[in-house]
Amino acid sequence: MSGLTRRTAAELATAVKAGDVSAVEVTQAHLDRIAEVDGSAEAGVHAFLHVDTDGALAAAAAVDARRAAGEELGPLAGVPLALKDVITTADMPTTAGSRILEGWRPPYDATVTRRLRDAGIVILGKTNLDEFAMGSSTENSAFGVTRNPWDLTRIPGGSGGGSAASLAAYEAPLAIGTDTGGSIRQPAAVTGTVGVKPTYGGVSRYGLIACASSLDQAGPCARTVLDAALLHTVIAGHDPLDSTSIAQPVPDVVAAAKRGAEGDLTGLRVGVVKELGGEGYQAGVEARFNDAVALLSKLGAEVVEVSCPHFTYGLAAYYLILPSEVSSNLARFDAMRYGLRVGDDGSRGAEEVMSLTRGQGFGAEAKRRIMLGTYALSSGYYDAYYGQAQKVRTLIARDFDAAFAQVDVLVSPTTPTTAFPIGEKVDDPLAMYMNDLCTIPSNLAGNASASFPAGLADEDGLPVGLHVMAPVLADDRLYLVGAAVESAYAAQWGGTLLEQAPALEGIGQ
Amino acid sequence: MTVTTALPSFDEAIATYEPVMGMEVHVELGTATKMFCGCSTTFGGEPNSQVCPVCLGLPGSLPVVNEIAVESAIRIGLALNCSIAEWCRFARKNYFYPDMPKNFQTSQYDEPIAFDGYMDVVADGVEYRIGIERAHMEEDTGKSLHVGGATGRIHGASHSLLDYNRSGIPLIEIVTKPIEVPAEVAPAVARAYVTELRELIRALGVSEARMELGQLRCDANVSLRLPGAAYGTRTETKNVNSLRSVERAVTYEIRRQASVLSSGGTIVQETRHWHEDTGETTSGRVKEEAEDYRYFPEPDLVPIAPSREWVDELRATLPEPPSVRRARLQEAWGFTDLEMRDVVNAGALSLVFDTVAAGATAGGAKKWWLGEVARVANERGVALEDAGISVADVARVEVLIGEGALNDKLARQVVEGVLAGEGTPDEVVAARGLAVVSDDSALGAAVDDAIAAQPDVADKIRAGNLGAVGALIGAIMKATKGQADAKRARELILERLQS
Repeated sequence: MSGLTRRTAAELATAVKAGDVSAVEVTQAHLDRIAEVDGSAEAGVHAFLHVDTDGALAAAAAVDARRAAGEELGPLAGVPLALKDVITTADMPTTAGSRILEGWRPPYDATVTRRLRDAGIVILGKTNLDEFAMGSSTENSAFGVTRNPWDLTRIPGGSGGGSAASLAAYEAPLAIGTDTGGSIRQPAAVTGTVGVKPTYGGVSRYGLIACASSLDQAGPCARTVLDAALLHTVIAGHDPLDSTSIAQPVPDVVAAAKRGAEGDLTGLRVGVVKELGGEGYQAGVEARFNDAVALLSKLGAEVVEVSCPHFTYGLAAYYLILPSEVSSNLARFDAMRYGLRVGDDGSRGAEEVMSLTRGQGFGAEAKRRIMLGTYALSSGYYDAYYGQAQKVRTLIARDFDAAFAQVDVLVSPTTPTTAFPIGEKVDDPLAMYMNDLCTIPSNLAGNASASFPAGLADEDGLPVGLHVMAPVLADDRLYLVGAAVESAYAAQWGGTLLEQAPALEGIGQ
Repeated sequence: MTVTTALPSFDEAIATYEPVMGMEVHVELGTATKMFCGCSTTFGGEPNSQVCPVCLGLPGSLPVVNEIAVESAIRIGLALNCSIAEWCRFARKNYFYPDMPKNFQTSQYDEPIAFDGYMDVVADGVEYRIGIERAHMEEDTGKSLHVGGATGRIHGASHSLLDYNRSGIPLIEIVTKPIEVPAEVAPAVARAYVTELRELIRALGVSEARMELGQLRCDANVSLRLPGAAYGTRTETKNVNSLRSVERAVTYEIRRQASVLSSGGTIVQETRHWHEDTGETTSGRVKEEAEDYRYFPEPDLVPIAPSREWVDELRATLPEPPSVRRARLQEAWGFTDLEMRDVVNAGALSLVFDTVAAGATAGGAKKWWLGEVARVANERGVALEDAGISVADVARVEVLIGEGALNDKLARQVVEGVLAGEGTPDEVVAARGLAVVSDDSALGAAVDDAIAAQPDVADKIRAGNLGAVGALIGAIMKATKGQADAKRARELILERLQS
């Protein structure tokens, strides 16, 4: 049954429900694929930090037992999933990609985790990420890099490189990512997969280890738009444990995906964001983006150029707000209650142990952002940095409001470039930060956005993403557009983009 | 080398300097659950038995505001004549300390729920208006227990234990505006303010506000200045946790600062520790640089925007203001201004009220709480409530007196017995055999013995000199070890000598 790993989540769920295949068989096929290609920090894709073979098979067996007992199964029951290791799981370690949490086993499940389990989704394991979700290449993980299945010498994006790579390598049909500045969408773009950042507050953050609380949002990652929509429906919805969670009905994203697949976008108004393109964008990225815009027109959409003048300041504002929140959120990692503890030999006081632990437990990027944030919040600097950045944030939200008064969705490339070689930007944080230029405005404003495969760049043959932005709580529009583009391209390419990726057989062994 | 110089007296200190005070009071709310999670707030549980991912600050956990705590904060604000914010936020106060699980305290900063109010207090018969700067919500920290060093302090300890049961308990911090009152009453005003605030909190029913349990904690800021000069540098004396200590600590700081200033020194802005035993304050941790808490709005919580309707509803639930209540009770109890002031200053208003409600006379209730009970409580360094006698016990003693089963002297012994842990008043009466001897046969014999022993006194009485009866009663009391019913003894004497 090796073909199982090539099937979509929707197909697998249907097959399990019909009894054509058992959830255990589906799970085993994916565990076998992981064993075949995932490898380790040294070689292979290395999407996973932890694979829970026994737990996954037990969860799958439970789904099979429920089916055997005649119970109605949910739309994704028995489908395996890769969970980003920044979301707590009571039965698996949760590291956030950091040495400081190595070996920590949370005493509780995140709301997202609980909803996945309740839906009968089988959690295969925890995926690699940049430490505390800070980075755009997964190179900031304390546990080694993840490699892009399209080219193992290149980054899979970040911070959710593990989740995206697991999809692209057919190790899992579904994954959960988290997106603070693009950590779902940028990895999706550079791995040729689908990644959706829902409206802020659409998915509970309870149990999501915070990077920047006002920006973080968990979301679905998949190989197809419909699969992402099905997963979106499972994890979204109000959670009383998260005060910032929205108490409103989740948009019907599955219906939107199905409607979009019919390929008719007549009446849809699409705005091309003037400020997100041009200088600094790779030629192949621009070309594929222009193709996508042309496709949208062809499908009936009305395309206009829209200006969002304050987007230019998004990156600067983001790199004040994010580190400020990070500096406070990461303060709790102090060796007192859990995680790493360094230097506790009886000769040192608590303050010194805290300091030693944080010094050795955090990586360079975490330290950099803690220092930036501590500085930005300091008395005398607060107004000039954090205060100003919040004003920019408001202006960016107003840009979106003004734009969405004219159009239904906005589009841009997801990233300025395709996947770059591992190691190329590790010593140049500013170049690394530029990856998130297009994705950051939606985090600052809290609206929904997503990346969908848009073809391969001519110069390097690597995937390019189409970035679609929708208003707050209009997540369904993303799926409408994404599914329309997906079905048109499938006809054009004779299948999904990922089918053009290398096979990877045996690389992890 | 420590040079100890005698401090100037309080009167000497205020002859030159004017004190300015600022009081910061933390009130632990009596909500069933914590500020941001559903954990119990019950006092005295096994360490770390009332914790969850939220109040332990575990990675990924998020706070959710306790609505009852917000309601309590608004009611406190209204009772303090404050404006209630139409929109306010929580903020993070960032600093590292092991008993604070997130290494930030979720508090309020420049957007408190209540602000700009006042409370009137009476000291030495004069009313003073204390301005209230703000009342805001925050969460309590855990508790550190330092083991192996002296006096439980971190210095010299071999290790520390952490108990997070208290972590996340809702606190309301109430901050006054600078208090500028005549120097001679400053310490009394400070005490009156905390006393009044405590009564108010209790009357609102939002907390028992028991200082000895840390449910009401007071930090006293004091600075001195020359008359007409700008404010001087202040010190903050932390955790002054009894009414008496508030007055003493302020008095001490005024004397200490006067001593420093008059010898040409300068006051260091610092926190100071209050020592109940020596009646002194000592310097706390010396901060080399000003603490920068890097406050910013708490992104994990949404703003609080209490509707006007809700605030009005809460306003309608406010109890009678304490000053009005006091005036009403004073009249009902028939106390003089001085008597009422003593009751208030002793922090015994609620106790007297409850004791009267339980059947005692107001005068009787006051006599016990401010007399015998206060003496024992003071000796043991505990609050009146914790001296070992309940409201019901005091009321029972008063009932027994009213029934004639106890006289004053016996009643005092009963109260002593209860305070000594010998049981309820009735148990003490039984165990000590303290019943008043009013039974005519036993008492009659004692009366006969007394008349026989003092025939000259008996003659005087027979001759109509009733003033001499006292001498015979004295002898009878002595013979019965104080258990005689004096009133009945007098009747029996007169029956025998005047018939």
